[in-house]
Amino acid sequence: MEFWRRAVNPWNQEVLIGISWDLMWIAIIAGVGFVVLHVIWARWLVSPSHKPSDNLNLGLPSRILRHAMTERVFHWSMALVMFVLLVTAFFPILGIQFAWVTIHWVAGIILTALIIYHIIHAIFWQDLWAMWIDRTDIKSGVVELKHIFGGDGPDNPTAGKYPIDHKLFHHAAAVASLVAIVTGILMMLRLETPFWEANLYLLTDSLWGLVYVLHGLSGVGLVTLTITHIYFAIRPDKWWITKSMIYGWIPRIEYLGNHDPQRWVVTANEEEEMISTVSGGTDLSGGNVNLDSKTSS
Amino acid sequence: MAVIRDMIPAFELFQPTTVEDAISILDRYGEDGWVLSGGLDSFDWFKDRIKRPAAVVDLVNLDSLRGIRSTDDGIEIGALTTITDVVMHPELALNYSVLTDAASGVATPQIRNRGTLGGNLSQDTRCWYYRGGWPCYRAGGNTCYASGPTAMNREHCIMGSSRCVAVNPSDLAPALIALDAEFVIQGTRGTRFVDAEDFFMRPSIDIERMTILKPAELLTKVRLPVRWAGSHFYFEKIEDRKAWDFALMTVASAMRIKEGVIEEARLSVNGVAPYPVRLGSAESLIQGQTPSDNLGIKAGDLAIAKAQPLRHNDFKIPMMRNLVRRAVRSPEG
Repeated sequence: MEFWRRAVNPWNQEVLIGISWDLMWIAIIAGVGFVVLHVIWARWLVSPSHKPSDNLNLGLPSRILRHAMTERVFHWSMALVMFVLLVTAFFPILGIQFAWVTIHWVAGIILTALIIYHIIHAIFWQDLWAMWIDRTDIKSGVVELKHIFGGDGPDNPTAGKYPIDHKLFHHAAAVASLVAIVTGILMMLRLETPFWEANLYLLTDSLWGLVYVLHGLSGVGLVTLTITHIYFAIRPDKWWITKSMIYGWIPRIEYLGNHDPQRWVVTANEEEEMISTVSGGTDLSGGNVNLDSKTSS
Repeated sequence: MAVIRDMIPAFELFQPTTVEDAISILDRYGEDGWVLSGGLDSFDWFKDRIKRPAAVVDLVNLDSLRGIRSTDDGIEIGALTTITDVVMHPELALNYSVLTDAASGVATPQIRNRGTLGGNLSQDTRCWYYRGGWPCYRAGGNTCYASGPTAMNREHCIMGSSRCVAVNPSDLAPALIALDAEFVIQGTRGTRFVDAEDFFMRPSIDIERMTILKPAELLTKVRLPVRWAGSHFYFEKIEDRKAWDFALMTVASAMRIKEGVIEEARLSVNGVAPYPVRLGSAESLIQGQTPSDNLGIKAGDLAIAKAQPLRHNDFKIPMMRNLVRRAVRSPEG
């Protein structure tokens, strides 16, 4: 097995030209392997999860807004674009041939625009720190790891709005996506487009090789991340989270069972937005409290 | 350019006697297998030591792939038929003269005696950066050395590029596209039939191959349909010297003309893109019209609408316009 593709350039220098496509198979095997191991672990090796209790509802509405409409639209747009990018990148290598280049770079530009939107939106309109990993998250992660490997810790340490594993996935996907975008834009400079002339010699051959390697590594990394992400999205015990990315809300019982109300405080605004986006103005909240606080990590 | 050496690197040589055996051997070796027909493309690669196949399947004993015969639907030409045999065949000369005109312009008599129809259609591009062994896109690398600001790209493409700007060198390809030929491909999964224009791979789909042939597939026959027999044809090849050269550009047309009006037309140009280009828009324009210089100018202008020259080949745009113009205004027949 090889990790890199090398070539001898016209100046008789051996240079990197990209990753070996063996790494694509490793990425697929890693993703599928993780899924298989998790299925085995969840089915046979871990004690059954406790069922969240709804006894202490704190007067909360029955549906808690988790993702506003703008966030959901962003998520599914990005999912679609990422799917297109991975298909156009790897299907031809798998032997399914089609004219992929134009689709790939157009999808890359759309992804870039979506990420820029997301960064601006997260900084100015969302609680940026809700995705930050703090000490409590690390402690929570340690407890969860102990539980995973057979320790005595609780199986479901309460989290803020986003559990530690969600945050880790987000940051891994963010790093991989940003690397793919930056290197992808550099690679586009080598293509003739209506907007600029191709420039093959912007970087040295060695640096171009590094750009291609980083683009490839981020690409195969995203393959593994996507496989695991889809797996968790379709797991029955995580379906309530997936549905929240469709409808926007999670049931109160899941909120109470999986989140720490001290770290993710439901606000009146969130509740109102939930009503307006989910029920079209009809009050389905089932609660009558008017909480006025904020999400905190 | 790479220096041609005396010794060819070692490989396993197979000379099967049936097509099935040939395909079986090619299937066994996959990407490491190489099909040898006339050898006029292959031996350059081998001597330059740029292509180093583990196994070479020499088709010399496959007599079933030689010869030209009439069928109910037209004419069938075996892929191992030499180009000289194509030139000399009386029925082809009578009814499909666009093909014999194209074949008679291929290289030299010696090369035409040795070179085959299948080899001419399947040959690799002549881009010297690629053939020199540089790690370009087509060679599996990440650069097109022919499209850089200092590149020598006079002979390269003006349309249809996707990272690679090399052109297809086949003289016979545009003639067969104009004739609406059907290519018969045999492989491990059976036989498939493709239109001539679909035989050539676009770099946007697979930049490392010139044709759609997979490692364990052989082009076995080319079929010329009877519906284009005896039509009005035009073929012209532009090259730097008449004695022996690859084309800068070729044009081929086939028209069915009734009472002075073009009922149906097929136009194809090679040397302008990494694959032979069929000019669908120009065909639509001229159908129902009377061949004339004015119509030729309009068709030529339409043909070059998407042309984008490289640094040294802007001359190819008026060349293409004029070739299409001539093909439309003066079909023979």
